[in-house]
Amino acid sequence: MKKEDIPQDPSSLAKCTKEVCYAVDNSGKYVTELSTGWEVKTTALSVAWQDIEKRVAAAKQKVLNKEISPLLYFMELRLMDIGIVAGYTGFWKWQIKRHLKPSVFQKLSNIKLQQYAEVFNVSVEDMKAMGSDSI
Amino acid sequence: MDNKFAHIQAAHCENGVTTNLLRTIGVCNMTEPLAFGIGSGLFFVYIPILKLNNGPAIAFRTMPGFIFKRTCQSLGIEVIRKKFRSKERAEFFLKECLDAGKPVGCQVGVYYLSYFPKEYRFHFNAHNIIVYGKAQDNYLISDPVMENVTTLSSYELERVRFAKGPLSPKGRIYFPIENKIVTDEQIRKAIKIGIKRNVRDMLHIPGVFTGVKGIKYTGNKIKKWRDKLGLHKAGLYLAQLVRMQEEIGTGGGGFRYIYGAFLQEAHAWHPNDQLLEISKTFTESGDLWRTAAVQAAGIYKGRLGSQPDFNMMGDYLLEISELEKKAFEALSKIKLNS
Repeated sequence: MKKEDIPQDPSSLAKCTKEVCYAVDNSGKYVTELSTGWEVKTTALSVAWQDIEKRVAAAKQKVLNKEISPLLYFMELRLMDIGIVAGYTGFWKWQIKRHLKPSVFQKLSNIKLQQYAEVFNVSVEDMKAMGSDSI
Repeated sequence: MDNKFAHIQAAHCENGVTTNLLRTIGVCNMTEPLAFGIGSGLFFVYIPILKLNNGPAIAFRTMPGFIFKRTCQSLGIEVIRKKFRSKERAEFFLKECLDAGKPVGCQVGVYYLSYFPKEYRFHFNAHNIIVYGKAQDNYLISDPVMENVTTLSSYELERVRFAKGPLSPKGRIYFPIENKIVTDEQIRKAIKIGIKRNVRDMLHIPGVFTGVKGIKYTGNKIKKWRDKLGLHKAGLYLAQLVRMQEEIGTGGGGFRYIYGAFLQEAHAWHPNDQLLEISKTFTESGDLWRTAAVQAAGIYKGRLGSQPDFNMMGDYLLEISELEKKAFEALSKIKLNS
């Protein structure tokens, strides 16, 4: 890539910092230059976020249909998979899988609910509310 | 103690941390491309059975932590690397280092990194920053990918140092020990070792998922993505590929440009003109990666989507694989003195 070809497209990162790019100058020597972003990768990122929004919406619907416990909704919302939730809560993965069943979730103790709520950064009430009503 | 530290922005976090930490112990001629090349940072791997953020697990660089470790090793510099079970002990050790006037590298998770824009905060745990001091409750942070230094409160720093999930940092802290002067001779030798190790990683790891074979494998897989995954999911996968290739930290072209820059700098230490020629091949390869990214963007934006479009995308990777194979074969035969 030539130095003058380094894209300077708007991106959300540019609010916070420009990034270093490597490119060659006219004599063919490598130099660094700051870039505000590249449209190709900004779109790649927004494609990823659109997918996350879709997953969140789908999870919400599943919870409303009582197919799954509200945990799934908050997992999607916080971009967490079962492994990550296990890491933060200290539960085993199989426990979390069980807690994803609405019937099991209903009977969870307050202590366990509190553990989940902390990781998802919501109150226990709000977390449960997803089960009966939307937020 | 904090006024001694000079923040230098880099393309990639681990290169930047390595370069900046080595400079603090007096290796003044260390640069980002040198650190990347000596640490044999260039790589490619695609692990089909592993999923990251619901997409394919692809990396264009070597394992997190390797660049720092290998660069210091090749230069004959001893390092201290520590992980912690206890958050209190992790902070205590950090404070001890800072009190001794030592800036340290920390592995952190990005998800809770407060100064990053929200769009970039995924559960990615292999980010690296330097902590170089403390002012009241705030730690002074030099994040190499940022233009300027920043701060984190002790709570925020603890949270990112103990992020959970794959590659969780577990409070990882590391720094080189100031023990002896690094001679020019040693740098020359380290460059040689770095190139040789990178040739091994890209050409000679058994299996089809790594190095130039990995690129070829991925190219052939991509051609099948349309039928196997459906257009929507295939688009998501390609978007993930592009993000791994171009997102902050790569310097563009999936680290290929940084490697090209490294070979040019290596020429200053080993005046063999072949290095400059091979550097050009990496520029070419980086350009091809970017052309492929534009093609991929056409697909995930919905502008393209036919099977020939996917074939073309796959063929770019096959071409890149051939190109990099030639480049590394040339590097494996190159004669460098000392």
